[in-house]
Amino acid sequence: MEQARYEAPSSLGRAIELLGQPGARVLAGGTDLLVQMRSGRAVPRVFVDVKRIPELARLELGRDELWLGAAVPAAAIVESAEVARLWPGLVEATDLIGSTQIQGRASVGGNLCNASPAADTTPALCAVGALCVMAGPNGERVVPVERFPTGPGATVLGPGELLVGFRIPRPPARASDAYLRFIPRTEMDIAVVGAGVAVALDASGRCTSARVALGAVAPTVVVVTEAAAALVGSRGEAAALAAAAEAASRAARPISDKRGTAEYRRRVAGVLARRAATAAFERARAHGATA
Amino acid sequence: MKLHVSTTVNGEPAEFLCSAEQSLLDVLREELHLTGTKEGCATGDCGACSVVLDGRLVCACLVLAPEAAGRTVETIEGVAKGAELHPLQQKFLEHAALQCGVCTPGFIVAAKALLERNPDPSEEEARYWLAGNLCRCTGYDKIIRAVLDTAAELRGVTR
Repeated sequence: MEQARYEAPSSLGRAIELLGQPGARVLAGGTDLLVQMRSGRAVPRVFVDVKRIPELARLELGRDELWLGAAVPAAAIVESAEVARLWPGLVEATDLIGSTQIQGRASVGGNLCNASPAADTTPALCAVGALCVMAGPNGERVVPVERFPTGPGATVLGPGELLVGFRIPRPPARASDAYLRFIPRTEMDIAVVGAGVAVALDASGRCTSARVALGAVAPTVVVVTEAAAALVGSRGEAAALAAAAEAASRAARPISDKRGTAEYRRRVAGVLARRAATAAFERARAHGATA
Repeated sequence: MKLHVSTTVNGEPAEFLCSAEQSLLDVLREELHLTGTKEGCATGDCGACSVVLDGRLVCACLVLAPEAAGRTVETIEGVAKGAELHPLQQKFLEHAALQCGVCTPGFIVAAKALLERNPDPSEEEARYWLAGNLCRCTGYDKIIRAVLDTAAELRGVTR
């Protein structure tokens, strides 16, 4: 077999060209790809290292939105105090990824493209309404995060197409988010269930909009509109939280595996949705008019 | 055909030849003969191959060697100043924070990166930061004590 090649294009156009070649794979942090190579599950023929492409390497907080380049390492996100203030849930999900060493390389973009049903950052991105910007031979397109994964390990990316980054709308005043996951230990494990919740409140503390997303309970992330609807109009009272939890449990379509039975996961999905909603409400109230 | 890579290792220019899929760990050990960086798992789980790449702590086993082109790499070999040990190395000796020693270079490199960012970590912060470094002789307690003692010494505090 011909030797593998390594390319580090500095432009999106060149990266798209390279990705059209047989066996080409995007290399961002490499924390999934290189592990897959070692086990023989991936045999890249062309490594397209995208970390030298400015759009993919940029983390930039604008007036209306955050640009999160697909190859920005988790560590850079976790270090940003301003990003943590505006999107604490997204940052806590990012900070759950692996060890310090892994966070030095692993990217949120890679976490999404790897398309594990249990990816921690995916429900958190859905909760904050992040949009995926993709580029390919037919130009640019944008889809909401919840439409990006299409199954375990599968995404909407077409041949020669890559994820460039995320557009994340800046939350208004009195809005915040939270992400919780359950694992049987304290660190570095794969989610049994994950729940991301974002809420926005009016001046009286009443919820005007909400988003609830679950991970590890279906082949892809589940956005639970019924749970969000249960929160809207409430002030985070116990009855509204219980209704949201029940909706989350109903929306979960988990499998049974070594991490938990389907029944257990359905139950935990509700518990985590309720707790994440509680945290999001508390943070949104504390946020006052500061955003 | 081999790739020719120019990089900087421990402050000195370095060049090597590698194949596209070769890891930085492999090149450090086999081409540059810097064998202080150890291979444990080769899948990013154990931290024995911890190095600092462009200021970020990473596992050298999960970096492709050609990625190092034009970047800076810091390894365990750059930690001591000649014969003079780094305070972390000295404290690891004093606290007997090692048994077989295979995990030690990774722990020292990772702990140094911690103390450069946070000169006064709590025990919990140190334990979380070092959670990606595994020690199978079960020496964590001594390791954490050595790290916190080093931090205190570097801050000029007697513990």
